[in-house]
Order: sequence, then structure tokens, then C-alpha cells
Amino acid sequence: MQIFPCPFCGERNETEFHFAGELGKIRPDTTADVEADAWARYLYTQRNEKGHVREVWMHIPCAELFVLERDSVTMDVLGSHPLRKPPK
Amino acid sequence: MSRYSAWSVFREGLRKGKGWGQAWRTPTLKKAYDVVIIGGGGHGLATAYYLTKNHRIKNVAVIEKGWLGGGNTGRNTTAIRSNYFHPESAALYDKSVQLYEGLSRDLNYNVMFSQRGMIVCAHSVPEMEMAARQCNAMQINGVDAELLDAKQIQHLEPALNFGASMRYPIHGGVLQKRAGTGRHDAVAWGFARAADAAGVDIIQNCEVTDVIIQNGRCTGVNTSLGEISAGVVGAAVAGHSSVLADMAGYELPITSYVLQAFVSEPIKPVLNAVTLCPPFGTYVSQSDKGGLVIGGGLDRVPSYGQRGNMPMQQTVLSAFCEMYPSLAKVKLLRHWGGIVDVTPDSSPIIGPSGVEGLYLNCGWGTGGFKAIPVGGYLLAHLLATGNHHDLSRPFGLNRFVSGRLIDEAASSGIAH
Amino acid sequence: MSMRRIDNFGLVDRAKPLSFSFDGRRYRGFDGDTVASALIASDVRILGRSFKYHRPRGLWSAWSDDPNAIMDISQNGRVLPNCQASTTYLEDAMSARAVNAWPSAARDIKGGLDLFHRWLGAGFYYKTFMWPDWHLFEPAIRKMAGLGSVSQDVLSDYCADQTFDHCDVLVVGGGAAGLTAARAASEDGQNVCLVDDQRLPGGGVYQMQSVDGQDPSDWVADQCKAIRTAGGRILNQTTAYGVYDHGLIGLMQTHRFGVAPGLIRMRADRVVLATGALDRPITFPENDRPGIMSLAGSAELLARYGVLVGQNLAVVANHSLAETSIALLTRAGAEITRIDPKVRPFKAYKGARATGLKQGGHARLFDAVLTSGGMTPVIHLWRHMGGKLDWCETRQAFLPAETPAKMIAIGAANGTFEIDVALEEARCAGIGHASLRADTRYHITALWPEPASKGRQWIDFQHDVTLKDIEIAAQENYVSVEHLKRYTTLGMASDQGKTSNMAGLAAMAALQGQSIPEVGTTTFRPPFVPVPLELYRGPHREQNWHPLKRLPLENTHRAMGAALGEYGGWLRPGWYGDGDPKTQIAAEVRAARTSVGLFDASPLGKIDVMGPDAADFLNFIYYNTINTMTVGSIRYGFMLTEAGVIYDDGVVTRMAHNHFVVSCSSSHVDGVRMHLEAWRQDGHDPDNIYIHDTTQHWATATITGPKARHVLNSLGLDIDLDGAVFAHMSLRETQWQGTHVRIARVSFSGDTSFEVSIRASRAASLWDALVRAGAPFGLCAIGIEAMSIMRAEKGYIIIGKDTDGETMPHDLGFAGPRIKKTSAFLGDRSLHTDKANDKARRQLVGLISENGLLPTGAHIVHAGQSRGYVTSSYDSPTLNGPIALALIANGHARMGEAVEIWHLGETQTAEICAPCFFDIKGEQLHA
Ligand SMILES: Cc1cc2nc3c(=O)[nH]c(=O)nc-3n(C[C@H](O)[C@H](O)[C@H](O)COP(=O)(O)OP(=O)(O)OC[C@H]3O[C@@H](n4cnc5c(N)ncnc54)[C@H](O)[C@@H]3O)c2cc1C
Ligand SMILES: [Zn+2]
Repeated sequence: MQIFPCPFCGERNETEFHFAGELGKIRPDTTADVEADAWARYLYTQRNEKGHVREVWMHIPCAELFVLERDSVTMDVLGSHPLRKPPK
Repeated sequence: MSRYSAWSVFREGLRKGKGWGQAWRTPTLKKAYDVVIIGGGGHGLATAYYLTKNHRIKNVAVIEKGWLGGGNTGRNTTAIRSNYFHPESAALYDKSVQLYEGLSRDLNYNVMFSQRGMIVCAHSVPEMEMAARQCNAMQINGVDAELLDAKQIQHLEPALNFGASMRYPIHGGVLQKRAGTGRHDAVAWGFARAADAAGVDIIQNCEVTDVIIQNGRCTGVNTSLGEISAGVVGAAVAGHSSVLADMAGYELPITSYVLQAFVSEPIKPVLNAVTLCPPFGTYVSQSDKGGLVIGGGLDRVPSYGQRGNMPMQQTVLSAFCEMYPSLAKVKLLRHWGGIVDVTPDSSPIIGPSGVEGLYLNCGWGTGGFKAIPVGGYLLAHLLATGNHHDLSRPFGLNRFVSGRLIDEAASSGIAH
Repeated sequence: MSMRRIDNFGLVDRAKPLSFSFDGRRYRGFDGDTVASALIASDVRILGRSFKYHRPRGLWSAWSDDPNAIMDISQNGRVLPNCQASTTYLEDAMSARAVNAWPSAARDIKGGLDLFHRWLGAGFYYKTFMWPDWHLFEPAIRKMAGLGSVSQDVLSDYCADQTFDHCDVLVVGGGAAGLTAARAASEDGQNVCLVDDQRLPGGGVYQMQSVDGQDPSDWVADQCKAIRTAGGRILNQTTAYGVYDHGLIGLMQTHRFGVAPGLIRMRADRVVLATGALDRPITFPENDRPGIMSLAGSAELLARYGVLVGQNLAVVANHSLAETSIALLTRAGAEITRIDPKVRPFKAYKGARATGLKQGGHARLFDAVLTSGGMTPVIHLWRHMGGKLDWCETRQAFLPAETPAKMIAIGAANGTFEIDVALEEARCAGIGHASLRADTRYHITALWPEPASKGRQWIDFQHDVTLKDIEIAAQENYVSVEHLKRYTTLGMASDQGKTSNMAGLAAMAALQGQSIPEVGTTTFRPPFVPVPLELYRGPHREQNWHPLKRLPLENTHRAMGAALGEYGGWLRPGWYGDGDPKTQIAAEVRAARTSVGLFDASPLGKIDVMGPDAADFLNFIYYNTINTMTVGSIRYGFMLTEAGVIYDDGVVTRMAHNHFVVSCSSSHVDGVRMHLEAWRQDGHDPDNIYIHDTTQHWATATITGPKARHVLNSLGLDIDLDGAVFAHMSLRETQWQGTHVRIARVSFSGDTSFEVSIRASRAASLWDALVRAGAPFGLCAIGIEAMSIMRAEKGYIIIGKDTDGETMPHDLGFAGPRIKKTSAFLGDRSLHTDKANDKARRQLVGLISENGLLPTGAHIVHAGQSRGYVTSSYDSPTLNGPIALALIANGHARMGEAVEIWHLGETQTAEICAPCFFDIKGEQLHA
């Protein structure tokens, strides 16, 4: 059982969290023309890094999204911050 | 290669095994090969074997960073089946089952493919309707399938929970009789031995650290044992596919997760088939040795950790106890995890990588053991001819652009 | 009483004799005995059989490393398989049976298999049974394999307690080092928990004459008392079996026989590992014979259970710690013959009720041969935690290397075999200091398997892996430790290699001309000891596995005779009355179509979306245009995934300019809420949008049918229900008996319908009022089955039933926004991929058939290929005939075509029609 730090509620068991995706996905502006492969990249491509990762998670009980930094090999948590408030 | 047979076992018994030769050599790495295959799991080894067998290409190296078969091939729950919904998947996986059916004799290595049948249970009226949809799809796809009612399932698998307290009562299910289990290590070893005998160099404890690209074309790899040049390169590195992609500069729609497996102490036979109960997300078979081999869903956190975590253990094993309450008193002997390469549609990626001269076989995720023969067969075809075999064409990376995903998840609960 | 029991030794309670049976014969033991100790006390030599050759097996050790004495045990009508006799405490009236042996361990009829051993060596099965077919051999092989047999009984009260726990310091192992560390830590003011897997802590201290100048039992009692006084806890019979991510430790607490163990999920700031060391076997010919056992095990039998394994004992040992055990055995009156293991060859042989040993031409018989090949620290948890190991040449063992975060190993687990040093180390560890490993006084002569030496020499006792097997594996190039393990099954027995791994590695090292550390170890996989699967289940079982959601009106429905069943995770009325369900359901449909039906629609999602950006937000979320809706209007729409596939459907109501209610499918509420939240926070201004799921706050009663308006009218609400004023797809809010109600004119049945929503606590009054008001009009309560038929008659879909993982809105005939909507919305770009534009997309159509009901799940086939499938199919009470919905390739363009339908090998024909069979012009809907 991993412990993740919700920036709003504090440390909680991993079962309370939902992986929402890698940080940094930017939705193409679909009111303009979007090339098929640009759209496919947005939809499906993953960095899937081995080591330091930055991800967006939701803490289900408070429903807040936040950024979790962790190590995908050791499972060490390296930090977390609200989605809208990057650390200074 | 000394041939294995009842006679050779008898003869070697008499002379204390003195005549058994090496299953595979420990060759020294050459500077150049016609084909270099990265990853000595089942798919990599099978690719090498079919290159030699179907395409007469023998100047081949398989580069494995650890011990051969030590990735997911040596960690899975060994279910082999072709009970797929989409015609593309059915064609792919049924070809694999067909190859498995002759594999022991083909490789001269007993991979113990045991066609004991697989039952996918249905637990409600709507699930029964989906089961009918699935069963019909399979039959139309030319795959054997039978729709069973609860009585028939109880007859096949009497230890299943038909009690009143069952959370998801069993209404029936789909049986594929030709499905079953195989001995995972033996599949890796059998392919390795046969490929080695045909001249393939299997290099263990050698890690590919970089992909050499000249003028946009992949011409070889750098490894912990030195540089190798290659006519073409095939990559079959499963959970590490994204790491390789990063080296070579192409992109993949893959996320690596841990999938766990569980095995109990050996007990006398209590289970006949492989049984999956979709609402529990859990499936089980009993190994020839007697252990209950239990599998379920992915751990929830993306990971390269190759070890499992407690929440999913509780989910899977409590589900198992619900499915087989009389077996809750059996003891868990070992559990472990593998790093699986999960794609958005749970279907594999076979085809060009985007870098010329580098071809992919990955994305098998939670269900590529059953596909080892066909995965090798198809990657060998690509490497030898530069073109898709008809079976692999739908599974290229371009499907993510065209939107032609082959999503089995919707029709099969979980896909192993 | 038994000749093997020695007065003044052991901790068993001789005032409490217990009787039990083994393989059908009766024996006696004492409270405090294990099944194994009681059997050894009763002079039983053969306690089991090996897995492959069915060789007789005696007890190897007195703890969880014993691979030999595995039994199916029953007591009080409970049968548990594969119990380890050396760790199962004896209880009265137990009946034990050796596994995999018949009729008894002593006289197993399969013993003869051993004669064929030369053909059954490592990996033989990979080389044969291929012709004609593996399936011919497999059933017999399966029957031969397996240890115990499991009874089919379901033990209904076999339920693991599960808790979470936390402490500052977790000490694993209650031997001298563990007790000392726990005491130091708790006296230092830390919150300490000490776990020990035996009934009495103390580890190996009872083998000593004194500890710190005290009698061992007194010393243990003093430490325990001090720990408790300082506020520490001691959990006996509790095994730390695995360490998981972020340092979570799994503890299994065992209880009386037949009672499920408890699971404690422990988090500790620090872990002190004081798990001791195991005595390892010596590899020599016939070393598996009954009567050959571990020296430490025999000393433990004496110290804890007062059992001396024999009078006339041989000791074969290669290290200095053996002296403590020898001294103990001597004190108990044993005559010890020292055998120098270095003088080879020596081998064991079978004597009548004795074990023979031949060395240098001498052959002698002993009651038992006690071997000790050196101590192996128990570092499993250390490895689970990610700690590294160093090879120690002096100790000939792997020792914990640099300390991983949060774990310190002490005492024998750390290779500190001298008690005085260990106690000092433990005190430091207790207060949080790792001490440098001191020089050791322990000395050992390296003694490892010698490849190419003669005779059958066992490495893995349970699995019958011999030195020869390892030689063959090496010869065949299965040289990596993992290949070796898998090819020979070395270390895969139920002791998980506790006895066999070191010898196996050493043999491979010797064969390869490498050192032991070069060969390395296999992975230490949890659990440390086998744990019942039940441990993971606990109260999370049966109906609680994934509890059903319950309706506020459940009791009302029950009182009305509802047949309740699971629908999408909710317990809902399927229909009412206990007659033939089909007839009941058809009657409900007819009543609702001809007069009026009352339906509990409470599980429908009701998610409030509010704020200045709510309209634009929903306009992005929905396929359909939302921001042009007028206040009080309702719109049907789809939510898509970014891949363009329909994720959910339902109606949106604009309650006010800045307030919408999203009504989603009842089984999708949690998912939709998360979906909305995610997009609200990522991509929109979360300060301007507010999302609140109110599903559970409301109950909803649907009144549907030609008389719906009449019924509602008689509730005396102050709104005008006239169709011209209160049009289909609009909403009114008002009061009913002082309580706020929402009345939505929407329809799932296809008839004029009103959904009346009220605070859940008032649901029953409203429902009763409607039933009363409806009585004069023939109102009939209808269940979800009737509603499903009615919506199918109208051609309304159920997501996931009439759509699949590929369905897009234009497949259902909702093509407008795909072409016309100019603002961005979820999934928009995906509606224009090659696949989305494909001519052969499966589209929603109706099917009519002359030959009766089409089976749901049947496929439409053409030229041997599936072209789609039947998604819904009913005998329509309204039309008095079968109707069906289907997804068919290019179906919209194929109206009127005859198609072939395949179901389980049989075919029939049907005709494609529009997916609407009732009120095609919408007159009733809008009435
Ligand atoms: C717990 C579990 C249960 C499963 N159950 C089933 C099942 O029941 N049925 C089923 O069909 N499938 C199952 N699977 C999936 C199946 O195991 C895999 O899909 C399949 O084994 C993949 O084979 P592979 O050869 O592609 O990968 P692997 O066997 O993982 O081989 C990849 C190899 O590449 C090597 N490698 C990686 N990077 C490098 C590098 N840079 N240089 C050199 N070598 C490298 C790795 O060391 C590894 O040996 C399961 C998987 C797991 C983890
Ligand atoms: Zn939170």
C-alpha cells in the first residue's frame, strides 16, 4: 500500500487515488484543423518514463486533481502540488 | 542438438545423463548480424526461431539483458486461448493456438500445452446476453466456442461457488475447449534451444543501451558488451518498450504497469479448466504440479517496479475466495509481479516502429504468453520481408491515427 | 509416557495431556507441543514422503523451515490441508494425515517410484510425453502431483480479521536480540511492537543455560514485562510475512486450529529485523534419510518441547555454534559421537529404526544423525524491503549490506552469532543506531556440495532435487540461478528454499568455477511462510464484496411484492408480484401503455453543475449543444470520450442561467462525476464551475402513460400540466405538501411521462400518494424489466447494451453536432478519423422477424462474417410480437433488407427496419 500526499487532505492510501494521466498533455485546439497524427499523439502517446515521473492524479474523496512526482522504479514519492499551483 | 524422446530419456537414465548436451550455447557476441532481436523473452526467442525456420535466416542474435525468459514470459499465469471477439484478434490468437498445438513436437521440447478448456463465466442476465454475443462471434470467427448454462458449468467445475451467498451468481458462460495452459519456462526454453540449434546466438546478460541510427535508419545497437551492427533490428522488450523507444526516438502509446500472479501450495487436483469470472476480475487454473495459479487486474499505479503491492493482492485473492470458498483455506505460497506493456486498446503492436530498419513486437500487456508463437512468426516475417503478414497488418502503430483500434477490453472483461 | 520426553526440559505443560492421531494411530502429547514435537516424542520417525520419489521423510527442523512433515489435519470437523507439523500447535483430538502418501507415510504404496529415479531426474518431463500427445499423460501426472487434498467444505466462519496498525518501531523476531531491542526502544519512550511467530517469544534462548546470568525463561519473562511496562506491545504467533511498497508490512496472527488468521497491515517508522538464522543441511549421500535432522532443530525440540530425538546421537557439524546445541543435548543425557564432515566419503544408510552412517570403512547406527552445515541469516524481509546483501567469507553466508532506509538487522539475522555482541547491537538498534558489525568469534569451515562426488545427495528434501540434478542442469547450461531453480524446481517447495537454496547455489558455483556471490541468489518472494488465502479476504466477502446500492423506497417495494434484483449495481424492483415473471412484466407494460405506470427511477444520476462557466463547460463536455438551452428546458445528449465513443447518455436540465443538472445512467454516476471534475480542473477555470453529485439526496418517481397527467393532477400541485403549456422536455419546480419537488417532463418509456423528484426522506409519502391518486386510473407499479421493454419499443438505447466500445453518436442517427457544432467538445476530432468515416460502421437499427423472438447476442452474418449483432430483443406486449434492436454495418442505408441471423450454429432471417416500433410519430410522447 503506497501512501500518496494529497496537497489538500494530506497523506492517504493509494486506494483513494485515481491516475488521471501524465502531466503536460495539451489538448489541441479542435476549432482549428488538427492533423490526424497530432490528435493521435495527444490521445495515445505516453512518455512512460522509467524513473522520475510527473503525473496528474485525482484524490477521489476530495475530487481534486494534483501533480504527483514519484519514481516509477523505487516507488518513492518525490513531491506533490495542486494542479494550478506549481511550487515556486 | 541431442533429440529428446522417451528413448533418449531412457538411455540417459541408464548412463546417468552423461549424454545430455547443452540446451543452448553461451556464444560470444559477434560484431555484426543480419538480424538483431532485442529481448530474450518468448516473443524475441520465437522470432529468432521462425526466422531460421520460415525464412532460412540464421545469422541472428537475440540480446537479453538478464536471463532468457526472465521477463513476463517467466512470470505469467500461462493461460492460452483465442476466445476473442474481433475477427482480427481471433485470426491472430487462433493462429497462435494452432502453433501451440504442434509446438512441443515442432520444438522437440514438451511445453505442456494442456487444452483443458477455458470458461468465462457470466453472472447476470445481461452478462449472459453478452456471453451469447461473444460465443457467436467466436463461432463465426472459426474459433471453437460453446455457450453453457449454470448446470453445465457446475458439472465442469464443481468447486465454483454456486451457493446462495455468492455476490455474483453464475448464470452460465462461454467455454473454449481448445484453450488451456502451457508451461511458461518451457516455451522460452524450447524456442531458445531450437533457435540455438539452428545457429542463432542467444546472448544473455547483455543489455541494449542505445540504438544506432544513421541517416534515419537503424543500423545496429550498442550493448553493455559492445556495439553490434545489424541488417535489421526487431524489438520485443515488453514492459521496457518505452525505454527503447526513447533510445531510438520513436513514440509509443504504452504505459507500463505491474501485473501480479499468485500461486498456492500444491494440492491434489480440484480444478479442471481455466476459469474467469469477469465481475471479480479474477481467473484461476491449477498447475500440473498442483498449485492454484491465480491472476487478476493491474496494480493501479504505473510502475517499472516488477513487484506487486498489497491492495491488488487483496482484491484478487478475496475475489478468488468468493469464486471458490472451499479453497479459502489453501495457502498462498508465492506471489510476484511483472511489468506489462499496456496499450489503449489492449491489443499488441506489431509493425514498423517509425525508424527504418527497426520493427516492433510489443504491447501484449497482460496477455501475450498465448501469442508467443504467432508474435514470433509475424515479427520474423516483418524482419525477413520488410512487409506485414496479413495477420499482423491490423496491428500496426498506424491504427492509432486511423482510429481503427482493436479493443477487446469491452467484450472480454479483462484480457489475459 | 514417552521415552523421548526429558524431565526438566521444555516449556510444554505436562499437566495438560492431549491426545491425537497420525495416519490413523493414536498418540499423546502436551499442551504447548507442536504436532511434530509430539510425534517425535512418541518416537515416530517417518512423518511424510517426498514429492517426487515418495522417499520416507523424518522431521528436519522444529520451525518453519521444515520441508518434510506436511499434513492434512482435521479437528472438530474442520480439515485444513498442508499444515506444517513443526509450526502447528497440538490440540486435543486432532487427526493428522501425511500428505501425498497412502495408506500412511510409513507404508506409502508409491514408495516404489524411487526405483525409477534415474529416469525421473531434473526436467525429464520437458524431454518426453510429447508423443503421441501430452494430454494422454497429463491426467495421471496431475494425480501424482499435489501435496494435501482439500475438503469441499466451506467454513463459513473462517474469516480473517483485518486491521491497520502503526508503531514507531516494529521489532520482528522475539529472540534474545529482538526482546532486547524492543525493550531498549520502549524504554526510550518509543511506541514499540514486537512480533514473534511462536507461542512463547524467546527464539533460541531456551537452548542456553543462561542469558545475562539469568535462567532463560526468567530472562524472557523479565524482558516481556519490561517492554509492556514501558508501553510496548508483544504479539505472539504473529509472522511478518512480507514487506510491500512504502514499507507496509504484512503481519499474520494465527489463532487456534481451524480459526482464520488475522491480517495486520503494519506501518512502522523503523523496523528492527531480529529474525535469527537457520541451520543448513550438509550435502552427503543419502542425507535425506529419516533420523537425519538439523542440529539446531533437535536442540530446539529439546529446549522448547522437552523432546530428545535419541540417546545415541551423531553430530556432523562444521562451525563453532554447534557447541551450544551439543552442550544442551549432553545435559539431557544424550551420548554424542562427533563425525568430522571433512573426512569423506561418508554416507548414510538405512537401519531398522535407526540411521546408519558409514565413514572411512566404519558403519555405525545412531538413533539420529544431527547435522549442521552453518548458519544462514534469515534476511527475507530485508530483501523485500530492497536491502542489499554482502557475502561474508568468514561466516560463509549472505549478510545484510548497507542498511536500507528504515530497517536495521541485528543478532543472528545480521550474522552476529555471539549473544553478548548481539545484545549490545540490539540495544543500539532499539534506540535507533545501527552498529558496525563486530569481528566475529564464530568460525566455520566451508563445507559445500562437492560436484561429481558419488551417491544420491539431496539438496531439496521436499522436491527431491539432488546434486545430480544440479549437475545435469549445469551440463545443459541452465546455469543462471533462476534457470536452475525453474528447471530443477530447487527451492520451490513449500519451505520456499529455506533449507535448499544455499546448497543449490553453492553447488552451481562449484560447477561453474565461480564463487557463491558471483552466482547470486534468487529473488526472495513473499510470503515468508505460506499464508491462507483467506488472510486477504476477511469481512470483504459475499454480499459485502461489492455492496449493492439501496433505494430509499426499498421497504415500500418489498411491501408491494417487488422481485428485487441487481441492476447496474443497485438493488431494484425487476417486476412486482410473484406470478410468472414474463406474464407479470407483460401485464405491467400493458397497464403502463393503456393507463398509467409508476416507476422508481431514483438511481438516475443527478449531478449539479453550477457557476458562471457552467454552460460553456457543459457545452464542451456534451456532444450536443448545451449553452443555447433556455432556463427550464431539458435536452437529451451524449458524453463522449476523447476517442469519440459514447461514454454516457442522459438528459441535461437547465435549472437556472448558471445551474444545470446532469442526469447520467444509474451505473455511471461515480464515473461521470470524476469525468466532470477532471475536465473542470484541467482545461477550465475551476473557480467558475462547481460540481456536486446529489444523486443520493433525491428519490424519483416516474409516472408514465396516457393517464399520467390525470394522476399527477390529482396530487393537487399548483402547476398547469397541460401539454401545451408544460411541453415535453421541460421542467417545473413546485411544492408538494410543503416539500420542494422537481417535475421533469421527460420520457424513457416513449409515452407521456413525468419524473417527480423529491428529497429522499419524503420519497415514501410521495410514492404512497401517487399510488392512491393513481388507483382510480388503474395505476400499476412497474419494474425495470417492463421499462426496458417499453424503451426498446420506442427505440431508446441503453448504454453498454445497445452501444458498444466503438459506437459514436452518428451511428445512432445523431449526426447533427458532428457536422454542425462549431465550438470544441470532447471527442470532436475523433469523430472524423478514417474509422469514424467508415462506410461499414455498425449503426443502430430495428429488426423484425417472422420466426419469433430473435436471441439477444445473435449476429448478423454475411459471407461468413459478422456484420453486427442483436442488442435488445423482446416479445413486445404492446405490439403483440417480437421486436429487436441491432447494431448492423451500414444499417441506416439498408432499411427493408433481409439479413441472415446466426445464433449458436443456427440461422434465420430478419428484416432491417427503423429502430422504433411504438408511437412512431411521437403523438403519445408529446400529448
Ligand atoms: C503476472 C502476469 C500474468 C500474465 N498472465 C498471462 C496469461 O495468463 N496469458 C497470457 O497470454 N499472457 C499473460 N501475461 C502476459 C505475458 O506474460 C506477456 O505478454 C509475454 O510474456 C510477453 O513476452 P515478451 O517476450 O514480449 O516479453 P518478456 O518475456 O517480458 O521479454 C522481454 C525481454 O526483454 C528484455 N529486455 C528489456 N529491455 C532490454 C534491453 N534494453 N536490452 C536487452 N534486453 C532487454 C527483458 O529482460 C525481457 O527478458 C501475463 C503477464 C504477467 C506479468
Ligand atoms: Zn484530497
